[in-house]
Amino acid sequence: MMPGPWQVRRVSKETPDTFTLVLEPLNGGRGGFRPGQFSMLWVFGVGELPISISGDPAEEKSLTYTVRSVGPATQALISRSVGQELGVRGPFGAGWPVDQARGRDVLVVAGGIGLAPLRPVIYHVLDHRKDYGRLVIAYGARSPRDLLYRKELAQWARQKDVQVLTTVDYGGVSWRGRVGVVTSLFRFMRLQPARTTAMVCGPEIMMRLVARELTTRGLAAGDLYLSMERNMKCGVGFCGHCQWGPHFICKDGPVFPYSRIAPLLDRYEL
Amino acid sequence: MEIQSLEKVIAEHEFFSDLESYYTALLVSCASNVRFEAGKYLWREGEEANAFYLIREGRIAVEINPPQRKPIIVDTVGEGDVLGWSWLLPPYVWKFSARAVDGTRAVALDGKCLRNKCEQNHDLGYEMLKRFSQIMNRRLDATRIQLLDLYATR
Amino acid sequence: MPERKRTRLAAERVADLIQTLAGRGYTVIGPTVRDGAVVYEEIADAQDLPRGWTDRQEPGRYRLEPRADGAWFGYNLGPQSWKRHLFPPQTKLFTAERADGLFRILGPEAERRPRAFIGVRACELAAIAAQDQVLLEGPFRDGLYAARREGVFIVAVSCTLAAPTCFCASLGTGPQAPGELCDIVLTEVVNGADHWFLAEAEGARGAEVLDRLAAEPCTEDDSRRAGAAVYAAAQSQTRRVDCDGLREALEDNFEHDRWDAVARRCLACGNCTMVCPTCFCTTMEDFSDVEGSRAERWRRWDSCFTATFSYIHGGSVRTSVKARYRQWLMHKLATWIDQFGTPGCVGCGRCITWCPVGIDLTEEARAICRDGNDGNTVA
Repeated sequence: MMPGPWQVRRVSKETPDTFTLVLEPLNGGRGGFRPGQFSMLWVFGVGELPISISGDPAEEKSLTYTVRSVGPATQALISRSVGQELGVRGPFGAGWPVDQARGRDVLVVAGGIGLAPLRPVIYHVLDHRKDYGRLVIAYGARSPRDLLYRKELAQWARQKDVQVLTTVDYGGVSWRGRVGVVTSLFRFMRLQPARTTAMVCGPEIMMRLVARELTTRGLAAGDLYLSMERNMKCGVGFCGHCQWGPHFICKDGPVFPYSRIAPLLDRYEL
Repeated sequence: MEIQSLEKVIAEHEFFSDLESYYTALLVSCASNVRFEAGKYLWREGEEANAFYLIREGRIAVEINPPQRKPIIVDTVGEGDVLGWSWLLPPYVWKFSARAVDGTRAVALDGKCLRNKCEQNHDLGYEMLKRFSQIMNRRLDATRIQLLDLYATR
Repeated sequence: MPERKRTRLAAERVADLIQTLAGRGYTVIGPTVRDGAVVYEEIADAQDLPRGWTDRQEPGRYRLEPRADGAWFGYNLGPQSWKRHLFPPQTKLFTAERADGLFRILGPEAERRPRAFIGVRACELAAIAAQDQVLLEGPFRDGLYAARREGVFIVAVSCTLAAPTCFCASLGTGPQAPGELCDIVLTEVVNGADHWFLAEAEGARGAEVLDRLAAEPCTEDDSRRAGAAVYAAAQSQTRRVDCDGLREALEDNFEHDRWDAVARRCLACGNCTMVCPTCFCTTMEDFSDVEGSRAERWRRWDSCFTATFSYIHGGSVRTSVKARYRQWLMHKLATWIDQFGTPGCVGCGRCITWCPVGIDLTEEARAICRDGNDGNTVA
């Protein structure tokens, strides 16, 4: 339950309310994590928050987090400046099935800040290009200025066997891309459902709609993974807050196969 | 030649998949090939709606221009999509504007011509309504989801 | 069973037991009367025990009353469980100091005093086992709990009477205290002047203590009489939870009118979670001094009945009292089984006694399962 001391090495603005922090360890701590895992980040005297790791899993000297300001605690996090310290516990949780997906096509479906926990998957697939088939990234955000990692999205799109599809809910007239919900992108993806593993992260309603649409399109529920979110205070299954039916999101998840959780998704106020 | 290729384009377009060739032939007499340069408006909100478009290439933005605000794109349609259903239902007026984002090629189907044919041949009318109600259903779902403002911080 | 020693102990020897444990360096914690209730606190000697008191419990009601027979353990359960001593309501996780922009964690002050618990009921042993499972036996181990739990000398006392709120017999957690997890099991037999304990030692540590107490050999008849007293306590229990198919039935009735009915009575006060000996939910609180050079992080008991418990940015997941009551009851009787293989309820009945409006989970569970979810109003 003791955070280790890490230092902010880089802060970059992704969108008006979202920042990426790169942290390096101060006391001989190490990076290293599985895509989809999260850390508990502690701001001295303020509080602790579960934040997904958004960097490259191959990078061992640092840990990268993309944080959206949604309240006082996240605001305190993104207000850290270079050289300031943060407490880090973790990494925790079950990550994305990057090993099970080996030899298959990978579909990444992200909504809003949900691209952050999926970026390590994209890095991993691109780092091990021969181990995977096609990579399709379907990404929806609220508006063009809310799209994360825009430069990288463009870079990824230029790579062989990578298809990047983006859409926004509303666009200004200068926006030349797609407008519409993220499920409207599936019509354009070039994938065979039987050999595809899908990894989905975004608001819960969006994931529900995506899961239904993808299973309708022939993807097996067991090949479809969602990353769930609930209140978390400890990250290790002690505090009880993240319980969701029989599951502790922190230690049983946050990533779950859809086949295991589909009935729970329809339970209101579970 | 032009007519034949147009018939082929219609028959192969996703929107008319599995339509019997007899009906395709009926449609062709109301159809024409069109092109829109990037930035050109196909129509503006409030104008008479007298066509719909099978998009073959390019991208069209469906826009609304609220007072005291910049115009907002609420939807885009592209290759394989169909654009416009106000021609089908009274008072035959466009409720949104449509603007070509990229250079766009499409097949235009004349609304008045089609309405007449549908009145004469209810089987054709039923085919059209079936297909358009699917589009409407999909767009209504999408609109409802957009209204949730899923990605907002609340 | 490794080594089981069975003896007969004169009633007055309880005082020796406490002194022997104290003499071995244990801080002795046991039942005592305070503010009209039996609570578990540090005791100096047998005078502190609630001798001559009994408790009257029913839904929403608890009273102590004198009893004439001089029984040492002639009550059932007070509001507090041993959780208070093993997993305290608030614990400082650490202090941190900051200098030159860098912080240093000053480790937690873990509990290291050896302690002896006297008067642990069977249901409470089951509760301790349940908390052990959550905090020690998963993929992570709670070091603070481990430090408090480790080495505790436990003297369990089997129940020879049952409160109307007790239902351990139906869950198989009592009233006979099992040998596991404890060092000595006592069964108090009181019949007028005939007042003694069956004292059973579990393992060498317990046997060694019993040896010091001038215990007499125990006859077959003594064993039989003690067993009969415990059996009678089991038989007298009127409440029960039927475990057969309970989890499935609750799962199937996630939507049921009864949840709405109970939510109209429930005040969402969280009393049930505070008195529950297995509830383990906590929250974290951070403090810092004005200059920001010193910070503390505390862990406090939390309750799934609060609105903020399920808060994620933008709002709470369980906004209705119905959803919160359902979360609590389903966790105790259904999802705990998925998580840990046993129910999270040990049948102590505290949640019934200490509910200000007397909501009875045995009754709620029965109503939800018996009536099925046919859409008819059950309330």
